[in-house]
Amino acid sequence: MSSLAQKKGFGAVIWDYLTTVDHKKIAILYLISGGFFFLVGGLEAMMIRIQLMKAGNDFLSAGLYNEIITMHGTTMIFLAAMPLLLAFMNAVMPLQIGARDVAFPFLNSLGFWLFFFGGIFLNLSWFMGGAPDAGWTNYASLALASEGHGIDFYSLGLTISGFGTLIAGINFLVTIINMRAPGMTYMRMPLFTWTTFVASALILLAFPPLTIGLFFMVFDRLFGANFFVVEMGGNTIIWEHLFWIFGHPEVYILVLPAFGIFSEIFAIFSRKRLFGYTALVFATILIGFYGFMVWAHHMFTVGLGPTANAVFALATMIIAVPTGIKIFSWLLTIWGGSISFTVPMVYAVAFIPSFVAGGVTGVMQAMAPLDYQLHDSYFIVAHFHYVIVGGVVLAILAGTHLYWPKMFGTMLSEKLGMITFWFFFIGFHLTFFIQHFLGLLGMPRRVYTFGADQGWDLFNMISSVGALFMAIGVLVMLVNVVLTTVKNVRVGNDPWGDGRTLEWAIPSPPPFYNFAQTPLVRGLDTYWIEKMEGNKEGMVYAEPLGDVHMPNGSIIPLIMSFGMFVAAFGALYFLDDSKPWALAVLIIGLGITFGSMLVRSLKDDLGFHITKEELIEDAKRGGNTDGLK
Amino acid sequence: MAHDTTEKIRSHAEHEFLKKKRSAEMRHQLTSFAIMIFLTLIAFTMVAAGFSTYLIVPIILLLAAVQVVLQLYHFMHLSNKGHGTVAFFMFSGMFVAFITILALVTIVWW
Ligand code: HEM
Ligand SMILES: [Cu+2]
Repeated sequence: MSSLAQKKGFGAVIWDYLTTVDHKKIAILYLISGGFFFLVGGLEAMMIRIQLMKAGNDFLSAGLYNEIITMHGTTMIFLAAMPLLLAFMNAVMPLQIGARDVAFPFLNSLGFWLFFFGGIFLNLSWFMGGAPDAGWTNYASLALASEGHGIDFYSLGLTISGFGTLIAGINFLVTIINMRAPGMTYMRMPLFTWTTFVASALILLAFPPLTIGLFFMVFDRLFGANFFVVEMGGNTIIWEHLFWIFGHPEVYILVLPAFGIFSEIFAIFSRKRLFGYTALVFATILIGFYGFMVWAHHMFTVGLGPTANAVFALATMIIAVPTGIKIFSWLLTIWGGSISFTVPMVYAVAFIPSFVAGGVTGVMQAMAPLDYQLHDSYFIVAHFHYVIVGGVVLAILAGTHLYWPKMFGTMLSEKLGMITFWFFFIGFHLTFFIQHFLGLLGMPRRVYTFGADQGWDLFNMISSVGALFMAIGVLVMLVNVVLTTVKNVRVGNDPWGDGRTLEWAIPSPPPFYNFAQTPLVRGLDTYWIEKMEGNKEGMVYAEPLGDVHMPNGSIIPLIMSFGMFVAAFGALYFLDDSKPWALAVLIIGLGITFGSMLVRSLKDDLGFHITKEELIEDAKRGGNTDGLK
Repeated sequence: MAHDTTEKIRSHAEHEFLKKKRSAEMRHQLTSFAIMIFLTLIAFTMVAAGFSTYLIVPIILLLAAVQVVLQLYHFMHLSNKGHGTVAFFMFSGMFVAFITILALVTIVWW
């Protein structure tokens, strides 16, 4: 089978993406589907803000409002923020460590398709009798009382996409431990790789509690168990614990890779080595560790008792210390650097005050007595949007600009990028800053309307206008993507001119085998070192040019995930008397999944080799074949 | 890359060395197997002898922990070279799980 094939038709491209195991293409799949869900979640957000625009509005009914806030939160966290970060991890991390792919390319594809079908399943609830409506936290007493199948869509959909995330996390861990190029010691890994590593470890440890919680929820609702049913001896608080044992690490799974992206940006555009690299690494590890010790700060008002509250309040405040270390390291990286204010850098600079504001309100909420006042008010909404939008979403937008040339070989327009930035940034602060005060004035969260006599009209109006600004920013970004793709001006290896790490030493987009020869790493900021020493090739090599072994693509991951998707419908309707076929659907779905697992295990697939001659040929053509077969 | 297989031809000395190492490993496994049987016997005897449950339960839990460690090191080769990262992840995972479960159980049922 020749691996370096030429241009093919549209159908072949689609088939290539459905079967790909190449980390760079899986990254693009994550980017597109994460981007799609981001738009869906954004649409839901706009509907929430329209409803709350004025007192006593009837744009949405109370029930529909509950469904929309639930789906907004769930979609944004699980189907937009996480996959978009996984897109960058997939696109960049293997390149940064000098690897040809992740450790388990097949599993990488399986992880993506599980996430994808889980997300589709969850969103189909809109068309099949109603979406979940118990909040993204899905507290058991509320969830078990919810009628219809909304909650079941939530628990089954998240179970499936959660498996996908868990698989991705394990894959990244194994990749970083085993596939670093010679010379790439742990303390020479770029910060984005480090944060990917710690976030993956958090995924590994945090997703099992969620899976257990969801399993209990599925069994309670669909198979007649009573884990959370108090009348039957269950305990409804256990759900809250399981959810938050997962939930707090989850916020760090989101924000650590964001920190990683910003660390890269600060170093590149200040043209300086990161200040306090070692401190940044250890702060990352510490945050990862503490992230597990603080979950009960979401439950101060449950009545855990003063001792538990005090312990968790203290533990929570400690997290601010490593976070502070990071902030100062970034500031000192910029200090005295030769700064260029490109779009990614502008995002990064804007991130610092925004995220600090979110961190400060976090520490305020960590004081248990004060949290009794703040809990379930709009203050909380303001806090977590400052950390999630001001941290994670700004990182995703910055990362899109930074890595777009590496992923697609073209540069997004800086001018449109700036327009997006200003709309989004101003809109973000307009929307959420004022919500702190709404919270202090007593406006509760998750309530579908308010009265004209409560004095919240003006602030809510301002907040809604801000949301409109953010929407305009995102639309401009879409225009930017389309224009850039249509113009199709190709760029070279290091389009920003100041790349420091290995991904900038190879063509944009890289050839499907990434590195014709494995690089030899001689220090932190590998590519920068070579550039400074006048090495025209940008790399020194650890091995002579030789044949490269590559995995074959496969459609099995898609089929396997589709089986789970089918089975989920069976489970969903299992208890419905009117749907006797549910059991059959469940069995057929699981049959598809296990059948394709069996095929995969019995059929040997040894991959293929790219010969030395083909590599030389490819290098002459510019060395960025995408390996379409 | 990960699937590359290289064939090596071993010298006589290497062969002898490996043989010695394997028999030492075998001896280790047999001893720890004996110890494990012994630990199991203790557990059964205690129950059969009818000691107080407050004594039996903690001791059995302790024995179980010892068994797990023996199992990991002697049968699952955790002591071999190149397993440092695995061990690190397992122990930090256990540590996190232990603290989490301890905190959970105390605040919910105490
Ligand atoms: C300095 C670090 C932080 C501290 C001290 C902190 C503290 C807190 C506390 C105490 C609460 C519970 C408030 C309540 O419900 O009464 C909370 C809620 C929340 N935090 Fe943070 N936080 C921090 C960072 C973050 C980060 C980095 C993220 C996400 C990237 C985040 C996301 C959230 C979310 C989503 C909620 C609300 C969950 C809900 O009830 O729906 N936090 N935070
Ligand atoms: Cu938290």
